[in-house]
Amino acid sequence: MSKNSKTAGWGSALAVSPAKKIRRPFNWRPMMSQLFTVAVTLFGLLVLTFVIGRMMPSDPVRAIVGEDATRETYEMVFRQLGLDRPLWEQFLIYLRDVLTGNFGVSIRTGQPVITDILHVLPATIELATFAILIGATLGVSLGVLAAVNKDRWPDHVIRVFSLMGHSMPIFWTGMIGLLVFYATLGWVGGSGRMADFYIGLVDERTGFLLIDSALAQDWEVFRSALNHLILPASILGYSSSAYITRMTRSFMLDQINQEYITTARVKGLSSRQTIWRHAFLNIRVQLVTIVALAYGSLLEGAVLIETVFAWPGFGQYLTNNMLIGDMNAVMTCVLIVGVIFITLNLISDMLYRIFDPRTR
Amino acid sequence: MTGEHILDVRKLSVGYRSDGGYIDAVRNVSFKLGREKLGIVGESGSGKSTIGRALLRLLPTARITAESIRFEELDLLNISEREMLKVRGRRMSMILQDPKFSLNPIRRVGDQISEAYLTHFKCAKADARAKTIDMLQAVQIRDPERVYDLYPHEVSGGMGQRIMIAMMLLTDPDVVIADEPTSALDVTVRLQVLNILDRLVSERGIGLIMISHDLNLVRNFCDRVLIMYAGQVVESLKAPELSNAQHPYTQGLLAAQPRIGGGRTPLKVLDRRPEWKEPLEVQA
Repeated sequence: MSKNSKTAGWGSALAVSPAKKIRRPFNWRPMMSQLFTVAVTLFGLLVLTFVIGRMMPSDPVRAIVGEDATRETYEMVFRQLGLDRPLWEQFLIYLRDVLTGNFGVSIRTGQPVITDILHVLPATIELATFAILIGATLGVSLGVLAAVNKDRWPDHVIRVFSLMGHSMPIFWTGMIGLLVFYATLGWVGGSGRMADFYIGLVDERTGFLLIDSALAQDWEVFRSALNHLILPASILGYSSSAYITRMTRSFMLDQINQEYITTARVKGLSSRQTIWRHAFLNIRVQLVTIVALAYGSLLEGAVLIETVFAWPGFGQYLTNNMLIGDMNAVMTCVLIVGVIFITLNLISDMLYRIFDPRTR
Repeated sequence: MTGEHILDVRKLSVGYRSDGGYIDAVRNVSFKLGREKLGIVGESGSGKSTIGRALLRLLPTARITAESIRFEELDLLNISEREMLKVRGRRMSMILQDPKFSLNPIRRVGDQISEAYLTHFKCAKADARAKTIDMLQAVQIRDPERVYDLYPHEVSGGMGQRIMIAMMLLTDPDVVIADEPTSALDVTVRLQVLNILDRLVSERGIGLIMISHDLNLVRNFCDRVLIMYAGQVVESLKAPELSNAQHPYTQGLLAAQPRIGGGRTPLKVLDRRPEWKEPLEVQA
């Protein structure tokens, strides 16, 4: 509640109110408390990844030295890793390492984990971003359409369409998609991020292939990358649009039955104007939340679709390392997923404040 | 203007869909409206609000039938939705019950008011803003410049309803339907809002349909009163002659009201007889 709302009552209509223009100073307090919450959550996340690293039934020393190592070698590595020190000291060391950007070395590749991840994460971000753009556009427009035509045929068609998106296994949709659009029709590229003979042609600067090829002004690679991206992104987008459609429909139905919608109609607005200028503005806040969550789970990596499309992404990386017990890599992945969700939450909370004056 | 009546409703019936068929919420209602204040009273479910919404054709799923609904030169029963958009908000508008729900929570109240104007007139946003601020002054809001930029949750109920009145009268309509405009308000604010409405309606020669369940309010505020029961108009009277009501339902309503200084005997219980639901014919 701002101070202004106190003086805005009809009581003030009787008193002479000052002719000052209303000022709305930015309210920093909720922002600060939110940053504090974020800090606490991050700390909790670090504790969690640390515990995962120490509790998992895999022996980090054995993973490094191998099965046949002598007892001396084993103990030397044990001490090198700091495992002989008390737990709290180990945690502080972990904390220091993370804060200085040292996430350890991957057993599988022998490279710093962070180097590997910076290689796979952009591929996933690229895919997830395209997918969420497709999914949100499709889901929101179909949801609005279904709500406006509630219980008429468009509503039923959309329900079936989104139910299919929800229930078809994604690896199956992926294979059928490849079969139809790549093998038969030849409209899109096949698996991988680009056609094989383009690999290595473009310098990797950001890791985002579209951006890198655009920077290099190599439009052939750009086209190839887009061609390879569009099918997996559409399939992921379709599958996440199912949920977005359903939620948009129910948010929209809540709003359509509100009295302010009648007001807008009485003013002479057409039903289209009423929907977009009034009802839709009121569901933005809720939409932001579910789209952010859907985006988060896409960023976490879609292992199945990455496997079907041989997409060298984050989901595959995480799964593979989990299977072979490369704990440094797994811990870092968990940390990154956590940070992604915290960030998305933070962003959607900030958008709340922009979209809804009542939360300011 | 054709004749002295702005609105002429003949045998209006409104049916809501209910499993299988339609159930008539309004049956054969006829009335004429000049530049006057017409009250429609009745208990909950008697169909009074449905009449208002049917006139503005805001009931997409309902079945509306009538012999004719003439509004000035228009036949409201048969014009297209496109033409209806030019009527709504421009020539006929409606004040809704509770500003807490009837204003869009996330848009500035001033913008919501000027939208009513911008929908029907081509003009610069700044001109619409100026118009709105004049109108806010007309509904006795002090410091309208400041109020323009407030959000609905920052204004009180009384102010919200004055904002609603400003929004609905800004385009100078010929007919305004007020659907329980003061029911959601504090008793102390009620009179103030009614006075503002009364003054503006009289000044501008607007025909007002006042829908209410408050018999005393309608008696004091309106020129004529229709009394509705179970979807029908059971009686039509001039407001001062309300105490001479003939219909037993109206008499029952009047008798069920407490009086200051009256006896402390229990009030009469309102009688509802099934035969009043039978079709009847009242010309207003």
